[in-house]
Amino acid sequence: MELTLKIWRQKGPNDKGGFKTYKHTHVSPDMSFLEMLDVLNTELIKKGEEPVHFDHDCREGICGMCSLYINGRPHGPLQTTTCQLHMRSFRDGQTITIEPWRAKPFPIIKDLVVDRSAFERIQQAGGYISVNTGGVPDGNEIPIPKKIADEAMDAATCIGCGACVAACKNASAMLFVSAKVSQLALLPQGKPERKERVERMVAQMDAEGFGACTNTRACEAECPKGISVTNIARLNREYYSAMLSSYEIASKGGGD
Amino acid sequence: MKLDSKIPEGPLAEKWTKHKFNLKLVNPANKRKYDIIVVGTGLAGASAAASLAELGYNVKTFCFQDSPRRAHSIAAQGGINAAKNYQNDGDSVYRLFYDTIKGGDYRAREGNVYRLAEVSVNIIDQCVAQGVPFAREYGGLLANRSFGGAQVSRTFYARGQTGQQLLLGAYSAMNRQIANGKVKSYTRTEMLDVVLVDGKARGIITRDLVTGKIEAHSAHAVLLCTGGYGNVFYLSTNAKGSNATAAWRAHKKGALFGNPCFTQIHPTCIPVSGDHQSKLTLMSESLRNDGRVWVPKTAVKGLKASDAVKIAEADRDYFLERRYPSFGNLVPRDVASRNAKYVCDEGRGVGATGLAVFLDFSDAIKRDGRKVIEAKYGNLFDMYKQITGDDPYEVPMMIYPAVHYTMGGLWVDYNLMTTVPGLYALGEANFSDHGANRLGASALMQGLADGYFVIPYTIGDYLAGMPYEKVSTDRPEFKEAVQQVTDRISKLLSIKGRKTVDEFHRELGLTMWEYCGMSRNEEGLKKAKKKIQELRAEFWQNVNVVGSHNELNMELEKANRVADFLELGELMVDDALNRSESCGGHFREESATEDGEAKRKDDEFAYVAAWEYKGDNQPEVLHKEELRFENVKLTQRSYK
Repeated sequence: MELTLKIWRQKGPNDKGGFKTYKHTHVSPDMSFLEMLDVLNTELIKKGEEPVHFDHDCREGICGMCSLYINGRPHGPLQTTTCQLHMRSFRDGQTITIEPWRAKPFPIIKDLVVDRSAFERIQQAGGYISVNTGGVPDGNEIPIPKKIADEAMDAATCIGCGACVAACKNASAMLFVSAKVSQLALLPQGKPERKERVERMVAQMDAEGFGACTNTRACEAECPKGISVTNIARLNREYYSAMLSSYEIASKGGGD
Repeated sequence: MKLDSKIPEGPLAEKWTKHKFNLKLVNPANKRKYDIIVVGTGLAGASAAASLAELGYNVKTFCFQDSPRRAHSIAAQGGINAAKNYQNDGDSVYRLFYDTIKGGDYRAREGNVYRLAEVSVNIIDQCVAQGVPFAREYGGLLANRSFGGAQVSRTFYARGQTGQQLLLGAYSAMNRQIANGKVKSYTRTEMLDVVLVDGKARGIITRDLVTGKIEAHSAHAVLLCTGGYGNVFYLSTNAKGSNATAAWRAHKKGALFGNPCFTQIHPTCIPVSGDHQSKLTLMSESLRNDGRVWVPKTAVKGLKASDAVKIAEADRDYFLERRYPSFGNLVPRDVASRNAKYVCDEGRGVGATGLAVFLDFSDAIKRDGRKVIEAKYGNLFDMYKQITGDDPYEVPMMIYPAVHYTMGGLWVDYNLMTTVPGLYALGEANFSDHGANRLGASALMQGLADGYFVIPYTIGDYLAGMPYEKVSTDRPEFKEAVQQVTDRISKLLSIKGRKTVDEFHRELGLTMWEYCGMSRNEEGLKKAKKKIQELRAEFWQNVNVVGSHNELNMELEKANRVADFLELGELMVDDALNRSESCGGHFREESATEDGEAKRKDDEFAYVAAWEYKGDNQPEVLHKEELRFENVKLTQRSYK
């Protein structure tokens, strides 16, 4: 296959950056998208040019490190991660435009690499159950209905890649945040802290500058793990219920 | 050097309990006076960081990814073993211990393995409490499945994403401690050296991968939780970034390296499709519960998966079921891999390259229905289809063995301390619990056992004897290490040769796979040793690393890692040469039974080979830790 690649090149965070066009003549349909870029990079290095920088690690679709906005869609034309996308999904002679995730809370580091540490800070704000190591009950002392466990697992499969933010016209992180909030709110282990958790995670999400959700569902359509917007509905319910009845309010004599 | 494993005396089942009592304690108020560095944030690192911070220690964590959650533990699919006996099928701590010792072909320490089996039950409880969504039965209780090398169902799982869910659990516990201010997390930061002060590990040198800044960090102890070195082979199931640099630099600073030749070749991976191949993808071993492995009885050149149905049942050779009737398709990984190699060597392999065997689900789909199979393996089937274009619901999968895990690693004692005082190695980075072959679903168990339930006890014993004073990174030991790291980077950037880093890495990988892979012999290993030495010399003359040091430069990152692989590869070959017996994943053609099974030589080789670094291009020195078996009887493994 022969391809024309229009790739966003940007030397560093303060560089202006711009598209550069490359002809790529050594593409096999069996290559993964990232392997196609590997081959391009080898050619660039041979010419003494700097290779295109992009994030990747496991190349199995699970670590969430790879990104790339391909022809206007996060992770490209299929609902999978870029590392699992193969060149058989493209046509010979096609022009492919490759951009980084574009969202203010994800500043560009170099070329196609962005800084997603905002996601870290949201998780740190409350994405956990407060148990120390040791002193926990036997695993089977907490029976969990299979349906609930499955629903929690559906939410927990989020890989934290940020495609939802990149897909959203508001750069909203609601799908990402709701996945964690849902997982822990559904499970009995997560119930004691469910109110503070949602309040703190949403507050951090807002502080990072992510936009609001306007229910366009672009996130769900592009999520490589198929995380459902049902989780956003659950997040909203959790949030409003916490706002009205959080322990903070209850302890001061308000709420339910 | 005398290797002291520090295995406590006394009956097997009482060793750990006794040892915990004998370990010195650090008073809760004094724990906050100690700083601990944790390198790597996979299952071992994240669980250790969280647990130590909960106890009150000040922890700094380092990972090269942009988030601790992306460490390669995330990719483990199948499950985690625990001797819960929830299935009432005869499991026990002793049975898990026995299966693991036997699965490892009697090259692991009894004491360590027993402890691993003992704490396995606590791990499941811990993970459930954190909100890990394990698979459940309709009654709401935890579900189990069976895995290779065992005849009981003791594997807990979260669909085909068990590693992901366990890591997210440990990561969440670590996040809680970051929020509490007890853990400081450094991401996109790579460790490039360990610093010793007065013979003790007192810090590390790191490179900020975004700015290129070289920094020194001091602490009272350093934990390496940096995973294995399977990427020596270039093609493996490891993540692209997985590397041996932290462990190798520690080795060069005095930590002995244990059993480096023990690598695990996983039987069920997607075969190589061409020269562009950058990594190999594992298909979980759990698939062997329902998939049947076969090739045609007589060679059919270039047999496609879509033509498999044309081969009549009578003309198929279900070679694992035929050779191992009692374990069938669930033989341990080394046995399954080697047998796939044999049938391919005979020319009976399938697919365009002939380097593949079928893993067929048609019988299971007929028996259980598509829905049941989909519920069990849906995501794996999707992944397979995504990569190969073939639909495993319709045609058999094609699989071939690939490098997956390294049982070898830094030598550690029962306390997980390396031969450098204050330097610990946890998880895959150490050599300790799997002997010559790891059983499926045991890596997650070991990583979390080390992090949650071993190191929090054993580290106190060391720190209790340490003064509280911090060492300054202005000391000459730190300055010198910074200088060495900086010089090496300048050297790599200044060579400006004609070959890319990947080209060197690929060549190394091919040599290792050919001569130090699934089967090894003296002649081949000697050839490999020479080739690696030549390649290493060429690397330092002819590598081309573009870009500069003070920016994000992924070529430079790779070059630093490949330079270390080029040294470690030779040590693996040395170790494989020395061990002229076959055991587990290490198969020496000179030492086989009549029907081609691995033949151990217990009189000569019932020891851990621990290698000591003696300087650049100097032969390493072998130290032996004799393995004593007081509870199990050494027998030739049989899965027939």
